[in-house]
Amino acid sequence: MERIAQSPLAIYQQYLDKGELAYQWSPEANRAVFYPRVICPYTGSNRLEWRVSAGLGAVYATTVTHPREGAPYNVALIDVDEGFRLMSRVEGIAPEAVKIGMRVKFRVHRPKGDQASGDEPPYPVFVPLGEGA
Amino acid sequence: MAGLQRGAAAIVGVAESDLGAVAAEMSPIDLMAQGIHRALTDCGLSLSEVDGLICATAQSRTSGLNLAEYLGISPAFIDTTILGGSSFMFHVAHAQMALQLGLCQVAVIAYGSTQRTIGRRHASVREYNPYETPFRPFLPSTAYALAASRHMHQYGTTREQLAAIAVAAREWALKNPVAWEKKPLTIAEVLSARMISYPFTVRDCCLVTDGGGAVIMTPAERARSLKKPPAYVLGCGQAITHANISSMPDLTVTGAVPSGRAAYDMAKLGPADIDVLELYDAFTINTILFLEDLGFCEKGEGGSFVESGRIAPGGALPVNTNGGGLSYCHPGMYGLFLLIEATRQLRGECGERQVRNCEVALAHGNGGVLSSQATVILGAAATV
Repeated sequence: MERIAQSPLAIYQQYLDKGELAYQWSPEANRAVFYPRVICPYTGSNRLEWRVSAGLGAVYATTVTHPREGAPYNVALIDVDEGFRLMSRVEGIAPEAVKIGMRVKFRVHRPKGDQASGDEPPYPVFVPLGEGA
Repeated sequence: MAGLQRGAAAIVGVAESDLGAVAAEMSPIDLMAQGIHRALTDCGLSLSEVDGLICATAQSRTSGLNLAEYLGISPAFIDTTILGGSSFMFHVAHAQMALQLGLCQVAVIAYGSTQRTIGRRHASVREYNPYETPFRPFLPSTAYALAASRHMHQYGTTREQLAAIAVAAREWALKNPVAWEKKPLTIAEVLSARMISYPFTVRDCCLVTDGGGAVIMTPAERARSLKKPPAYVLGCGQAITHANISSMPDLTVTGAVPSGRAAYDMAKLGPADIDVLELYDAFTINTILFLEDLGFCEKGEGGSFVESGRIAPGGALPVNTNGGGLSYCHPGMYGLFLLIEATRQLRGECGERQVRNCEVALAHGNGGVLSSQATVILGAAATV
């Protein structure tokens, strides 16, 4: 039996470090798999290939969450064109201006304080297509 | 559910523990024990007869051990399935399975939470999800708000229609002496309350209270000899569609569709046969989704279905007659309270909020972020 050398999350984050949004492709199911896993939820197979998304998608659902302290912020679900959905946020516009169906483009967000110990890994955010692309 | 026999088991005893804000230093297990004592008194059984123990709480990792020790019993059957607020509907099916197979003779289902006293963050610690947590969803509110955004987008559902659900729940709560909320509520007050996650204000969101309770089940033959009229289990159904909202296949359709279908099939009943509905209203959108998914109106029509008082007191369809999670109580995992109210409605014990000629009640539980759905249909003696 082959030992797993790197977790699916570690590989996903390595792509993000390079500025890429990666997902898995299940050749047997002929469809994308997200979040990254060890086996395919459609077939049970452990044959999963890594692919890099073109980073284009559309807003599937959106809300503006109001914390008790601090500014309200957007939380959205994005349907990426390669056929997977993820939670993210749309930046560069007011949170309430984010609309369902809006075309968006991925960019990597690198949390500040990278020098500090326990730095947060980068994560994918989106901007309206045509802006900041 | 296949394998479960319609009417073979019944809920014979029900009780809430103290609700709302309980005494300082009360534990979730204290509240379970108080609920069990009251529920045993309700049906005339004694603790020594309890040989099936079922419980769940977010505040005790091994609640089954803690509760069995506390009660001083070594149950023949034990189950601590925890799938969020709907756990107790799953428990009813598991209890019936155990009773039907003779694994136990008297099954107790118990819940307790002190989330108001100790704070929600301490009562229910969220697991870190590297694919969601960085975006700071305020869970569960943000997830349900995303579902609401989708329903509003696809079907034109309005904030006023969502608010009508909160107002109906409040009107019912004013008829329930143990409900947390005591003052009337208007649509305008819902809309202008503090925003939590658009489109929800705090009035679209369930309460944060303490509370607990217990439900006692026995085989049908035993049930008939006890103090109160039995609430027979006519149908059970369940479905899990996802855990995290980003993995929910369609945010406008819940697992209540297959769950309800399975419960109706087992009960040999349909929506038109239901006299009272107890739906897990963690957020106002829930009531709309479950009315649609359980077949009380077409998909997308839930908003207009509720907007003119249809589910409020005096309306054509009584829904959440205890005042619901929105106005009665919501101690974290609320499903048990739906079973308690459904049973009391079938017994005719509900006073000012009693639904007339109530013979069939549907209690629908929801867990996680619309993740686990489970339906229980209960009936009075005439239905078996």
